[in-house]
Amino acid sequence: MSLELRRTLGRGALYLSAVCFTFFAAFPFVWMGITTFKRILDLYNIHNNPFLFNLPPTLENLQLLFQGTMFTRWVANTAFVGALVVIITMLIAVPAGYSLARLARGWGQQLGIAIFLTYLVPPSLLFIPLSRVVSGVGLQDSFWSLVLVYPSFTIPFCTWLLMGFFKSIPGELEEAAMVDGCNRLGALRRIVLPISAAGLLTVVIFAFTLSIQEFVYALTFISPSAQKTVSVGVPTDLIRGDVYYWGSLMAGALIASIPVAALYSLFLDRFVSGLTAGAFK
Amino acid sequence: MEESAVRDARQGAVRYRLRGDRLLGPLMLAPAIVYIVALVGLPLLLAIYLSLSNATTGSQTLGYVGLTNFFRAIDSTIFRSALTNTFIFTFVSEILVIVLGNILALTLQQKFVGRAVMRFLILLPWAAPFALGAIGWKWMFDSLYSVVNWMLRAVHILGPRDFPQWLGVPTLAMAAIITVHVWRMLPFSAVVLLAGLTSIPQEVLDAADVDGAGFFQRLFHILLPMLLPIITVAVLFGTIFTFTDLSLVYILTGGGPFNSTHVLSSWAFQVGIIAGAGSADRPRAGAAPARRATRGRRRTPARSPRSGCSCSSRSACF
Repeated sequence: MSLELRRTLGRGALYLSAVCFTFFAAFPFVWMGITTFKRILDLYNIHNNPFLFNLPPTLENLQLLFQGTMFTRWVANTAFVGALVVIITMLIAVPAGYSLARLARGWGQQLGIAIFLTYLVPPSLLFIPLSRVVSGVGLQDSFWSLVLVYPSFTIPFCTWLLMGFFKSIPGELEEAAMVDGCNRLGALRRIVLPISAAGLLTVVIFAFTLSIQEFVYALTFISPSAQKTVSVGVPTDLIRGDVYYWGSLMAGALIASIPVAALYSLFLDRFVSGLTAGAFK
Repeated sequence: MEESAVRDARQGAVRYRLRGDRLLGPLMLAPAIVYIVALVGLPLLLAIYLSLSNATTGSQTLGYVGLTNFFRAIDSTIFRSALTNTFIFTFVSEILVIVLGNILALTLQQKFVGRAVMRFLILLPWAAPFALGAIGWKWMFDSLYSVVNWMLRAVHILGPRDFPQWLGVPTLAMAAIITVHVWRMLPFSAVVLLAGLTSIPQEVLDAADVDGAGFFQRLFHILLPMLLPIITVAVLFGTIFTFTDLSLVYILTGGGPFNSTHVLSSWAFQVGIIAGAGSADRPRAGAAPARRATRGRRRTPARSPRSGCSCSSRSACF
């Protein structure tokens, strides 16, 4: 087989693979977008081409979403819970990660791995005893229960990520600062944190998106609509008995997904490198 | 002479400061340890203890009953099918994800027109909240208006009167669940594998080229072995996510036609929280007293200061 032919075939296979995967990944979202603007009569017709607007597009699904449900309230709840969880996580994980990276000779690596392994304890095992804990503290049916519980999985992961980030900063910088008169905390504040600002931002984004995406705890701990987050509210409140409000469901799903996807794509490289750093030791 | 004296003094100063860190290290670590022990460790122990007790939702007391719950669970056919399903879903999804993930990572490694756009679009399934992606697929697999069926009919893979029930027939439902699992995990594993691929030193690849290795030889003899630690990380994450995932089955099929697509976690949710009673493969808990109090509240229309009664005017409030 000539080199030219082989190269063209290779190129062709590459584009074919790219197109297929992109289609597989993105088509559901395109479909969500189309469904959002279709009239219900248009959707519920077997003979219609689903990709064409056989009846003119409409905004009534969006209207139902924003006025007939508490969608805006859910988005606000989700953002609020996410922000609080991020603050709590950073306050606890940054010192922990720094301590494991710098101040723990010998046992630091093992303890870091042990902490990371607690991230792998699944919510589907813990949700039952945690619901008992939550009702014991009196936080059931309130999104404050999520603020309490979400750090239980963001802290382990973020501590491990931060440990990797801090280790990659040379220790001589802090030692130089301490020779010049800082104590350890001062060195942390003045030297390490500004340098690792990008890594910190990545961890913030990651913790935020983890808490937005979470479903099991939110479903278990909260039932009043006003307290729900968007990840639970859309699948539960837009399905009333037997009736699925598909247009609004798709609209809600799409609106809640796009910002998260945008954030992820901006910061992807960094936390993949943090995630895989451990594998190369 | 003078330099070494200065150097000694400097090292002494640093060492003096470092000695004070012996207390600081554990102190900075303490809040994280406390949180993890309190909200992961203790609930885990509570879960184990509950599984050995006769607590039910609503009961205020726990009595130790040994392994009764486990024997009862093993007797239950739904539990056994849930167990098999969990293993099947995880195993098949992981194999597909690793194979397809490798292909996707190799694709993304090359430069071509539109690669940046493709990277963003490929990430969407992983970035979107899981429940919302599942809802999208539920609509795509609808019993009558499924766009998947429509497209298959349009290219004549299906006949004009074929309406395969993707969520209503046990085998198809399992295929559907596996498809959505793969759809969701693929971006993550592809990105991790891509990170691994880009870290393979160029000299190795150049040496392979000099020795005349073809594409497949290079793939199987060099790339895959060198990627093994990364593949392990991706497989570990993927397996744990898939094995314990509750939201996908709950939203897509609710356990499926005749409980045939339940996995362990969704079955545990069904028995423990929704039903609130009876034997289970997972410990029940006192969650139901809290939920029962609110269940009564759900029957009255939800009032909010802004929209008044938001749902009772539309359809049946449950």
